[in-house]
Amino acid sequence: MSKTIQEINEKIKKGQAVIVTAEEMIDIVAQKGEKHAAQEVDVVTTGTFGPMCSSGMYVNLGHSKPRIKIGGGTCYLNDVPAYCGFAAVDIYLGCTQTPDFDPRNTDYPGDFRYGGGHVIEEFVAGKDIKLVATAYGTDCYPRKKLETMINIKDVNEAVLFNPRNAYQNYNVAVNPSDKVLYTYMGTLRPKFGNANYCSAGQLSPLMNDPFYKTIGIGTRIFLGGGIGYVAWNGTQHNPGVKRKENGIPVVPAATLALIGDLKQMKPEWLVGASFLGYGATLTVGVGIPIPILNEEIAKYTAVKDEDIFAPIVDYSENYPKVIPGNFGEVSYAQLRSGKITVQGKEVPTASLSSYSKAREIAETLKDWIQKKEFLLTDPVANLPGADSGTTFKFIQERPIKNGD
Amino acid sequence: MFTKRVVMRYPTKLVDKPIVSKLVKDYNLDFNILKASVTPNEEGLLVLELIGDRKNYTKAMEYLKSLHVTIQPFKHDITRNEKRCTHCGACITACPSEALVVDTKTKKILFNEKKCIACELCIPICPVRAMEMHY
Ligand code: SF4
Ligand code: SF4
Repeated sequence: MSKTIQEINEKIKKGQAVIVTAEEMIDIVAQKGEKHAAQEVDVVTTGTFGPMCSSGMYVNLGHSKPRIKIGGGTCYLNDVPAYCGFAAVDIYLGCTQTPDFDPRNTDYPGDFRYGGGHVIEEFVAGKDIKLVATAYGTDCYPRKKLETMINIKDVNEAVLFNPRNAYQNYNVAVNPSDKVLYTYMGTLRPKFGNANYCSAGQLSPLMNDPFYKTIGIGTRIFLGGGIGYVAWNGTQHNPGVKRKENGIPVVPAATLALIGDLKQMKPEWLVGASFLGYGATLTVGVGIPIPILNEEIAKYTAVKDEDIFAPIVDYSENYPKVIPGNFGEVSYAQLRSGKITVQGKEVPTASLSSYSKAREIAETLKDWIQKKEFLLTDPVANLPGADSGTTFKFIQERPIKNGD
Repeated sequence: MFTKRVVMRYPTKLVDKPIVSKLVKDYNLDFNILKASVTPNEEGLLVLELIGDRKNYTKAMEYLKSLHVTIQPFKHDITRNEKRCTHCGACITACPSEALVVDTKTKKILFNEKKCIACELCIPICPVRAMEMHY
């Protein structure tokens, strides 16, 4: 027996749909089997809440009187430079951007107390933001300087547009060297002092749809506490990697590019973050509903932490120097137990992504669907799949010739 | 009698040196070790309760400072900004005294102020800077 998204939406509208979280689905499938679960359950909700560096917002500020062409000029939001290589008053602010005066890692390890991610959080929270822009001035856009406070409620558009979010699986970072490492995977203590990981595992969206059979371009999602959409595959999308029998990749694989109206998002789900010695970023909340169209999808959504494995990677040598190899695999169940064994040594584990918040996102999405505030969507096009040939390449460096 | 609780941090090269026994021998101080550990930077971290004469205590502190040992009074002045904490758990492995632990059921990160020795190690580790020091 199979269902369509239209049928599921009809059930949602009638208040008859059965919606459960990815955690709840584990028990349902264990008790009733895939076949019964597929008949009974209509939607499984997922969630993840972690630092996602390829995130940012674009804003149309509204025109000033007289007009200014910030495009091609400079623009700062609370001292953090925004990109302004677009039309007159369209700007983009990435979450890892830091103020020009930030000492960054010249004062090692840099603190990165405030960056683009923090501006986004404050902007979403409705706080006034300081805008300082300069322009070269044209006949139609004569103004050369603009200094003003702006507020999200007054700008024309404010859109969260993240080129890469929601990684399908990720590395576990360890440090076998003698010195402390400050990385995007957190502070790694020497001699395998800790092992840091970053995935919601069994609750994570792409772990519950390992072959992207329901999640595609156009899928409506929970994004930053509001509604968003899958815009495209994320950058570094790498679906052709090795997988376990259950279809789950054993290394970082698929990613998603996400978009949504920032004005309806919430600062609790877009939180500015600072990684010591690494940089500023944004913690993003993402939740994706998975329509249970058939038994196969029911089976995928019942995946457990015990059955999801991640590679243990040396961030002192292998990762920075791109040397293949790792210290083996561990399951998310092992990681969540608080310690793992690496090279015969017991290593305490820490998570960078919040499991309790991932659970809250899945619950929130479930609640929205139950209240008929959120309907499911058919993807407009599929994401590049495991056999698509889409791969993740390194740059081929070539000498720059004079005169070229 | 004078009792004082202090947090001592000392460089790697002193880790194997008998500093504490010197406090007993030369300054006539009694001590209880409340906590001993090594920080991510491989610094030594010691929380001591020192008991003895106030003058000797002052001299002992001068001696320690001459060895580049940093000394802070031990008090419970670390708080967590509950509104900011995302319950990620990045701080857990930084904490030497199990003041930050995962609740196995809710998966939330619990902060037990009573166990906190105010070492401040969690402060820069927390990505959203939810752990705060109050002076
Ligand atoms: S690292 Fe910070 S945000 Fe994460 S659990 Fe600890 S205090 Fe909370
Ligand atoms: S200051 Fe932070 S790391 Fe240190 S004991 Fe207290 S909670 Fe733990």
